[in-house]
Amino acid sequence: MAVASSEKNAGPDDGQDAGPGKGTDRRRLISGPGMLLVWLYGVMVVGAVSRSAVQISTEFDKAPLAYSLSAIAGIVYGFITYSLVRGGDTARRAAFVCCGLELAGVLIVGTWTLVEPSAFPDATVWSDYGMGYLFIPVLLPLTAMYWLRKGVLRQQQPDVAA
Amino acid sequence: MLDVLTLVTGLAALALAAWCGFAASRDQPTKDWHFIGMAVVSVLALVQLVVGIVQLARGEEPDQGTTIFVAYLIGAFACIPAAGFMSLAERTRWGSITVAAGGVVLAVLEVRLYDIWGG
Repeated sequence: MAVASSEKNAGPDDGQDAGPGKGTDRRRLISGPGMLLVWLYGVMVVGAVSRSAVQISTEFDKAPLAYSLSAIAGIVYGFITYSLVRGGDTARRAAFVCCGLELAGVLIVGTWTLVEPSAFPDATVWSDYGMGYLFIPVLLPLTAMYWLRKGVLRQQQPDVAA
Repeated sequence: MLDVLTLVTGLAALALAAWCGFAASRDQPTKDWHFIGMAVVSVLALVQLVVGIVQLARGEEPDQGTTIFVAYLIGAFACIPAAGFMSLAERTRWGSITVAAGGVVLAVLEVRLYDIWGG
């Protein structure tokens, strides 16, 4: 019930955003649920980047593969966060592709850590599908891709929500 | 002292998360009272940051290293203000959900802080 009413409220706003913004202004990607996504991605950026920075600078030789993967994850998260904040259609597409990469990364690395634990003496952000981060790494790209896809539908049919 | 602060801050963060989650469930944005709540939690985190640094200055060592301890202290302090500013920019229920998520993140950070300090 609450969900239905929120969609009703969001409808006209989104229509206004898409209408005049089309062509000239960048479309905002961080209205509504997008804001929550930015927050969670921001947290992951801080988590992954600071973690890998500490580990690479102090004990890189212990698990070079794991720490490098954490650093790459941090960079991908950073790019997605920036794209979401920047807005616009190019940024939306770029963020969508990066979310796909992120999902592939989390699935591949997650499987890798389970199949061959010896390659990972220490954990990465993506170990065990991101279990150490409450599975946020695997849930976030799915949610983000859904959200960014919804942006496509809204642009093609701006009146569909209203 | 630090353990008590960690516990209190973690519980306050969870309470804030529940409160803002309740506001979101009623389709409300964050209001003045919520911001006062955020301020209280932020002050707790700031006190924790100061006490943590004082403990370090006295020569006490965290179990898992000073760098990680300080990084988590700073992260814990920045968490709620960041979420609060984002909820100012998003005056819908999604702003409330963002702050609620911030409360949960802070609670997780407090659990990690407890482990890192070795309480």
